[in-house]
Amino acid sequence: MAAHLSNGRVNLNILREAARKELREFLDKCAGSKAIVWDEYLTGPFGLIAQYSLLKEHEVEKMFTLKGGRLPPADVKNIIFFVRPRLELMDIIAENVFSDKTNSRDYHILFVPRRSMLCEQRLKEQGVLGSFTNIDEYILDLIPYDGDLLSMESEGAFRECYLENDQTSLYHTAKGLMTLQALYGTIPQIYGKGECARHVANMMLRMKREFAGSQNQILPVFDTLLLLDRNVDLLTPLATQLTYEGLIDEIYGITNGYVKLPPEKFAQKKQGEGSKDLPTEPKKLQLNSAEELYAEIRDKNFNAVGAALSKKAKIISAAFEERHNAKTVGEIKQFVSQLPHMQAARSSLANHTSIAELIKDLTTSEAFFDNLTVEQEFMTGVDTDKVNTYIEDCIAQKVPLIKILRLMCLQSVCNNGLKQKVLDFYKREILQTYGYEHMLTLNNLEKTGLLKPQTNSRNNYPTIRKTLKLWMEDANEQTPNDISYVYSGYAPLSIRLTQVLARPGWRSIEEVLKMLPGPHFEERQQLPAGLHKKRQQGENRTTLVFFLGGVTYAEIAALRFLSQMEDSGMEYIIATTKLINGSSWIKSLMDHPETQSP
Amino acid sequence: MARAKADEDDYWNSSKFAQAFTFDDEDDDFTRLKESKKAVNSISALVDEDDEDDDVEKVSWSGEPVGSISWSVKETASSLRPVGDSRELGFPKINASPSLPKNNSGYSLSSLFKVKTKVGGILSSADSFSDTPARHYAPELRKPKCELKDYISNWSPEETVLKMQQGKVVSLERFQSLQDKMLLLDKAVDGHDGNIITAILIYLKRSLCKEVLFRELVARETALQHYIHYLKESGEQKVLLDLFRALGRTEDEALLQYKHHLTITDENKRRDFLKTCLSLPFSPEDATHVQDHYTLLERQIIIEENDKMVERNGQSDLFKRFPRKSSILNMPLITTLYYSCFYHYSEPEGTYSSPANIRRTFKLAEKQYFLTALGARAKLKAWTDVDSLFTTRNWLGFTKKKSPVAFQRVLDILHKNNAPVQVLEVYVYLLEDLELKINMAHKFKCHDVIINTYRDTKDRQQLLGYQRKFDRSSVEHRKIADLLNNSQIRWKN
Repeated sequence: MAAHLSNGRVNLNILREAARKELREFLDKCAGSKAIVWDEYLTGPFGLIAQYSLLKEHEVEKMFTLKGGRLPPADVKNIIFFVRPRLELMDIIAENVFSDKTNSRDYHILFVPRRSMLCEQRLKEQGVLGSFTNIDEYILDLIPYDGDLLSMESEGAFRECYLENDQTSLYHTAKGLMTLQALYGTIPQIYGKGECARHVANMMLRMKREFAGSQNQILPVFDTLLLLDRNVDLLTPLATQLTYEGLIDEIYGITNGYVKLPPEKFAQKKQGEGSKDLPTEPKKLQLNSAEELYAEIRDKNFNAVGAALSKKAKIISAAFEERHNAKTVGEIKQFVSQLPHMQAARSSLANHTSIAELIKDLTTSEAFFDNLTVEQEFMTGVDTDKVNTYIEDCIAQKVPLIKILRLMCLQSVCNNGLKQKVLDFYKREILQTYGYEHMLTLNNLEKTGLLKPQTNSRNNYPTIRKTLKLWMEDANEQTPNDISYVYSGYAPLSIRLTQVLARPGWRSIEEVLKMLPGPHFEERQQLPAGLHKKRQQGENRTTLVFFLGGVTYAEIAALRFLSQMEDSGMEYIIATTKLINGSSWIKSLMDHPETQSP
Repeated sequence: MARAKADEDDYWNSSKFAQAFTFDDEDDDFTRLKESKKAVNSISALVDEDDEDDDVEKVSWSGEPVGSISWSVKETASSLRPVGDSRELGFPKINASPSLPKNNSGYSLSSLFKVKTKVGGILSSADSFSDTPARHYAPELRKPKCELKDYISNWSPEETVLKMQQGKVVSLERFQSLQDKMLLLDKAVDGHDGNIITAILIYLKRSLCKEVLFRELVARETALQHYIHYLKESGEQKVLLDLFRALGRTEDEALLQYKHHLTITDENKRRDFLKTCLSLPFSPEDATHVQDHYTLLERQIIIEENDKMVERNGQSDLFKRFPRKSSILNMPLITTLYYSCFYHYSEPEGTYSSPANIRRTFKLAEKQYFLTALGARAKLKAWTDVDSLFTTRNWLGFTKKKSPVAFQRVLDILHKNNAPVQVLEVYVYLLEDLELKINMAHKFKCHDVIINTYRDTKDRQQLLGYQRKFDRSSVEHRKIADLLNNSQIRWKN
């Protein structure tokens, strides 16, 4: 089921296999029967690596979720905790271990992705550290998410890097990139933009020096690595994504490759049967390129999805009609052998038609349209220096705070900061309507630069917009010819930087690069003689683009679009700390987001 | 192709699946689970029983691939947990259980974690970070339980950090002089491993006095950030406040202090705490907000106490007709104003609970006040109050309708509160845009507005068309007929 990982330019299944091997090795270290106690958060990311069957083969007999109190009964030799390094989880583990009366057991902890001194201290505090036979780490830095996509699934990375200035996640990034190079060869060229990018590159070069003894003898798969700080482009995630996959994420949220959808649209009724048995559980679907149809439509602008679906529907019904033409036994046999595939295609079509309907209900609503209009006004620089009446009205109507914050930050970013008077007005309205405690969140947004008062310096956003062609008047949604189709007009800044780097090169945009935060740089890593690739005529180059602090599905769509362009000569593999959208991103920066008014 | 190859119709409609089953822990319905499992298995029999790298995945109703980890966790858990959650059986709290005697020597680090000070006597060898080599799974890993030995050697700061990165046992005790300690810290910062930086900071925190450590950290931004993060994580509020003060980061100090109020549930204690925050060095804007926050809670406590009593005693008709859904404590300002407009509308400005008083105290903008009052009075269907909100009188005594928000918004609000046509009509008339006026009138079925507007625009065709919507006997039909017969009007079509 991981076949989709090896379909792309780079076989990411190798990485998955490496991760699986390591997991097996750890499990075998704890000899005898075992039960795994899961930090629930980890089951999602682990699901991308391994299935239960793998664990079973290594004598995992029971699995539980980590909860306070006593461990459920299990007749096993080993209890293994799979946890993130969080202090509060250590307290729960301690409680579990204390209340377990079976003396003959061995306890183990597997920290994912890293051990933490703080956590071990905490266990020591609780007096249980001595009870553990193995304390280990499972370095799940980069998880293969799809054929061209790697994610660290680290939710807090942006907050840690840009709000708390904690660089631990950057260290993990560098480590992850070293693992990647161990498997796919040294990446000869490194480009970067931003403070964090600089840090990661420094760490990588340093780590390479430390391993100087052992030369990597693998022929490089990647030609270039591009490290991009999220704060170089704060604008893009704030805008509403308009690709199919982007909208699914905006509306329902995709976690670890799964989405939960309202069940009503998915119930199928048999003729004559009432609707009494409608499912009430959310419908959960896995979304990746293993599904043919999804791979085809995920990156399209939503306005082009309807046409694609109906085209597909025609093909499928035609295929089913074929049965009337099947006359001979051979033909019938042939038809029957294709049935499973056709039925899978049909159910896939049914699912995506339902999802598209759900999304359409929303995108055709007045509220969605109004919101989009305001976003586009900001991005094109219309009235960004005034109090926006739509935002004001939204506050008065108490729409969810995250939406307000998203729009306000967008306005601030597109105006290189808000006028003090405007900023004060928004803040006052928000605090009065949603509660004064949100002062803390507003301060966080200011610290990360998402929200700021305008200083004396000139608003340089228009210059950036014009130079990088961030706004395209005539974006073609149906048959796109430019990346701006992913936001129906706005071309993501981050992807423009990537595009320009490939051709004609960053030297052509020095001025703009200077306006964006952080240094830009280029490094080269020496390859051992004999590993220099001899490129065939017309062979594409491969770039790994690493987004530090998160990337959106729309940006990924734009990069895939560039990969597919005939004359681009470049294929992109995408890596990130976390897949984000504007809402999940803002939420990660809020203090006490749960106190938010409904 | 994430779906099973099994026939879709069978999958969805087989009786086994008609009742969607869940893998929730709470699901103690064994029979159903068994049946579902059988169903799942029967499905897997349909697909190739191949290794998992087959491109077909088995999926349960909830969408989890059958055999995925999260599926299996729920599966094994639900079949194991006895009915009636085991959590209910009283467990010994950690505090009550005897501390495991440890024969380690060294310092107690428990003092570092003041939040959760445990039963004393847990001594630990503080600075030997015993580590099993992280990625080399050698046989020696099967060590006796948690070996913590002090390993003395003469590694340089750089080597020490490197060893720590490789997960080796190191001793930090030999770094005695301030210079050595700082060198060690700098090397750790160069290595960027936050875990190791934190480990060294813990050692420094214990072995240096606060003033010295703070002074040294000022020049080391990265280490400082990690230290702040560490203090936050371990809940050492006091040290953190001292640190901010020492650094002159007064606003951070103030905000951190302020944040603490969220953990206080008792409203009186919270109010008193907020009062102590008033003197903190906030930025001027934030200072105003904190002042308002305090004032608001103070008012809410007074209002709540009073209203609770009135409600309980049944003294007020309003509370009987519209019982309060929740207390007003800790609600945002605008919600409080709404509450006040709902329950205390006609009170004189002198009382704390009156809308006028709240409006004045918090210097609310006209628009905010207006919208809130409108919402509250419309909800109560107090249409005369609504009307007087708009009415202004000029010096000649003529009245005029004025509104700080567009009349269209007003209409939306009124309509949402099921205002009768007679009320809506008044405001539809006030819309200036002709097209909008007609649209709104259609939406709210304000026939008079439509008929009169067509009359005014001398649009006979529209009027004729509109007439067809009514019964011959209706008032509207007759009214239109009268107009059409009126020879005084010069129709344009």
